[in-house]
Amino acid sequence: MGIFSARLNQALCGPAWLWRPCSVQGFGLEGPRRPFHPEHSRFSPPRRTGSPSAAARPGPAPPAGPAAPRGAEVERRGRSRSRPRMAAAASPARELTQNPLQKTWEPYDNGLPAGHSAQRGVCMTNCPTLIVMVGLPARGKTYISKKLTRYLNWIGVPTKEFNVGQYRRDLVKKYKSFEFFLPDNEEGLKIRKQCALAALNDVRQYLSEENGHVAVFDATNTTRERRETIYKFGEENGYKTFFVESVCVDPEVIAANIVQVKLGSPDYVDCSNDEATEDFMKRIECYKNSYETLDENLDKDLSYIKIMDVGRSYLVNRVMDHIQSRIVYYLMNIHVTPRSIYLCRHGESELNLKGRIGGDPGLSVRGKEFAKSLAQFINEQNIKDLKVWTSQMKRTIQTAEALGVPYEQWKVLNEIDAGVCEEMTYEEIQENYPLEFALRDQDKYRYRYPKGESYEDLVQRLEPVIMELERQENVLVICHQAVMRCLLAYFLDKPAGCKVESIFLNVEAVNTHRDKPENVGVDRSREEALRTVPNHL
Amino acid sequence: MPMELTQSRIQKIWLPNDNHPALPRRSCGPQLANSPTVIVMVGLPARGKTYISKKLTRYLNWIGVPTKVFNVGEYRREAVKHYSSYDFFRPDNEEAMKVRRQCALAALRDVKLYLTEEAGQIAVFDATNTTRERRGMILNFAKENGFKVFFIESVCNDPNVVATNVMEVKLSSPDYRDCNSTDAMEDFMKRINCYQASYQPLDPDDYDRELSLIKVIDVGRRFLVNRVQDHIQSRIVYYLMNIHVQPRTIYLCRHGESEFNLKGKIGGDSGLSNRGKKFAQALNKFVEEQNLKDLKVWTSQLKRTIQTAEALQLPYEQWKALNEIDAGVCEEMTYEEIRDQHPEEFALRDQDKYYYRYPSGESYQDLVQRLEPVIMELERQENVLVICHQAVMRCLLAYFLDKSADEMPYLKCPLHTVLKLTPVAYGCRVESISLNIEAVNTHRERPEEAKKGPNPLMRRNSVTPLASPEPIKKPRINSFEEHVAVSSALPGCVPQEVPTQLPGQNMNNSQKPS
Repeated sequence: MGIFSARLNQALCGPAWLWRPCSVQGFGLEGPRRPFHPEHSRFSPPRRTGSPSAAARPGPAPPAGPAAPRGAEVERRGRSRSRPRMAAAASPARELTQNPLQKTWEPYDNGLPAGHSAQRGVCMTNCPTLIVMVGLPARGKTYISKKLTRYLNWIGVPTKEFNVGQYRRDLVKKYKSFEFFLPDNEEGLKIRKQCALAALNDVRQYLSEENGHVAVFDATNTTRERRETIYKFGEENGYKTFFVESVCVDPEVIAANIVQVKLGSPDYVDCSNDEATEDFMKRIECYKNSYETLDENLDKDLSYIKIMDVGRSYLVNRVMDHIQSRIVYYLMNIHVTPRSIYLCRHGESELNLKGRIGGDPGLSVRGKEFAKSLAQFINEQNIKDLKVWTSQMKRTIQTAEALGVPYEQWKVLNEIDAGVCEEMTYEEIQENYPLEFALRDQDKYRYRYPKGESYEDLVQRLEPVIMELERQENVLVICHQAVMRCLLAYFLDKPAGCKVESIFLNVEAVNTHRDKPENVGVDRSREEALRTVPNHL
Repeated sequence: MPMELTQSRIQKIWLPNDNHPALPRRSCGPQLANSPTVIVMVGLPARGKTYISKKLTRYLNWIGVPTKVFNVGEYRREAVKHYSSYDFFRPDNEEAMKVRRQCALAALRDVKLYLTEEAGQIAVFDATNTTRERRGMILNFAKENGFKVFFIESVCNDPNVVATNVMEVKLSSPDYRDCNSTDAMEDFMKRINCYQASYQPLDPDDYDRELSLIKVIDVGRRFLVNRVQDHIQSRIVYYLMNIHVQPRTIYLCRHGESEFNLKGKIGGDSGLSNRGKKFAQALNKFVEEQNLKDLKVWTSQLKRTIQTAEALQLPYEQWKALNEIDAGVCEEMTYEEIRDQHPEEFALRDQDKYYYRYPSGESYQDLVQRLEPVIMELERQENVLVICHQAVMRCLLAYFLDKSADEMPYLKCPLHTVLKLTPVAYGCRVESISLNIEAVNTHRERPEEAKKGPNPLMRRNSVTPLASPEPIKKPRINSFEEHVAVSSALPGCVPQEVPTQLPGQNMNNSQKPS
């Protein structure tokens, strides 16, 4: 697992901890300079390559997921319309079988799962989407690409970004100066074109062969000619193309972005900051003459969003489908104002003490102490206009009450619904539902409790919270273990652009983190199943 | 330190014990709009301003934000009983200009009343507002009262679209009651011309740089958005970017009768009864006969809707958000069992069915929040058949028919009946089609004692606001009866007039003249 999952294994999501992912200011971090792999995200839905031990799953068949990655909120099933209607009408009704892991109902034909081969069901888009960034250097294209990629992966749409600059750096190991980007540098032009083609090739590989749904093509793409080439490439391969242009003329914003992001680039490892800034400004000049912005008339048939002055205004043209609509909504809600988000769980609860999950108990004595420490901590931080959000469960509200500030309750922040296992200890779950317990260990992200929820469900439920967190400035979210894991997964997904500090408030609490046990088989012994259960009363 | 909490009995919300200001009723989401907002429409006549105003108002009320439209045209019609001709709108008609200004001021006074004294959150000020002077006046008014302002401008230069709009809604306006269509059309076109010379579109690049606004260009082909200030404006923008005016049909129905329906049990995840399976077959036949282009079929993730969809031989999509209301501890019980085992809960639910949350379950209010993405996607899509559940269907229907929170939980959505919704003018035409397969009745009437007296918890609604009665009695032009299409072409399907089949469910859709 990735970096933060290792942290999670150390129970840093424990009840007495407070997490603060601080957004990096300005246009943000470029992160590791290599193509992004959604597999690094612990909570992105598994896809064919990353699917854990599908063969080990019991039940009649593995869930549809690995063969057809899709958004969790919508499952696409059913027969193809191309099937001869008469023949189909004559065939006996297909039996429904409940998938033991996700608890979804699936049709079966002659004992085999039917109807969802070759159905790409992500959020109602049938064909993959190619997002093409447009803009001069230092306009935040990479920031937007990375952030959007992280969001789409988190909501369950497999997305990858392709940064042409990275291909160039891989090909030309040593960057000398802006002269490489001069429009009359034929050698430079040739290499850059080669890089763009290599990146497009990888885009095709990703979207057509690796079940990717969205590819973000991150380059300047400042000429209409270049954009036409890409658009044609999309058409030929059956991708919908959506352009995202960032236009910014405020010299201060540009300068801030250069300082924050570009000076740390490998291109400038051996220069002073002044030299690097000067070179980079010249590099921008190289593009200026040939820059053709997306035009209301010339480009009226394209689907695009133009972001002006870091979100002061937007021009949106011909939004074609669900995913484009969500992308537009997301881009219109993010901002770059410096701020901090604080995440914590409620104070230790009465049921935490007993090792029981779920329920709606109040705080333990130590939990109340935590609430007081939290109040003190928040006071000391002296945060401007801090918003406090809780769930609608007693333990988070009790924690917030101690702060003595207004707070807002969100039902969608409630803890994962454990269905029939609510208020049980892990021992009792093993006792009463050994099969369920093992299934959950096999694929905890997609496992849905009987009459309850999965992490996948939780992510869908939390999407409006993430959207509003993006819109807001300083926020403290008092939530629950599974909810906090989902939120954290969004903020920590690499390369996210978030600095995280973890602050222990020095109030003891029980450990509620249960590691994945070694044996996740359905025939494991009670002892093996319970080996990682944390201590409790 | 107030650490003691008490759970409210109806909504199951934890509240502090001391006399801490009680949480607002609408606290299932955050209270994100702190100061009231005036939405100011901008645009020439026949650009769909009233359409957008009404639709947006319906949406906002449905998601729980009290909203009301203030249409200046109505104030004008009230002030000047008889409309003679476009001369009234000529910029050099000083007498009329005075009247029009007074109407605008009267409407603004009512906006102020609504937002400051009647607990309104959003007022939609529906008028042309085509000059900077007029917009400046509204901005000053809002500033004085501490209201936020958001402008929505509709720009459309396609003469066909304008003509269609005039045909659809203007010719039936009371202004033209005594004219033939050609005369009315001609007069209205001249009326538009009266505004053209002084029209100053919003200019977000320069003059109106500091304003919060959205420009809707060519019926949603393009949008320009400037300075979105808060949560509610962001949601308004998202909504406006998802609606469209393509003709289409939405079909709503419930799953076929289930095994639990037969036993009178609520909730659960049972399969279809024999009659339920018959309904699924009948639904298949019905869908075939409707012969629709690209029909999308949506189900919940519960077995009974999926079994119903399986009979259709069409691809379908499962939404967890469409699952039936979670009855919590009452799942899989009969009403008798609930009454015996949870008598208090049973009574509380009857007191306020919209806000009532089942212990460890959901309320209708929760359901509306859960269904919001479904409504958003329904707005984006064209032909859709939604196979869902009783409470879910009530919530969806309440959106399309603009029903208040009080009526919503009692809307009649019988089994084995398809509701066909077709957008017309400012509303929705509804046909109720029984597929003639017997089924149990699952509708539980509002108990007599709960019917008495106005419900203090009732939510306002854009058509029948409770806190603020309509400023003017509106003529209701399109009665439901005119809209009931005789679908005798459908063998085996009996079209029924909803009012007879669903007593108490007023399907009339007000078509408000602009």
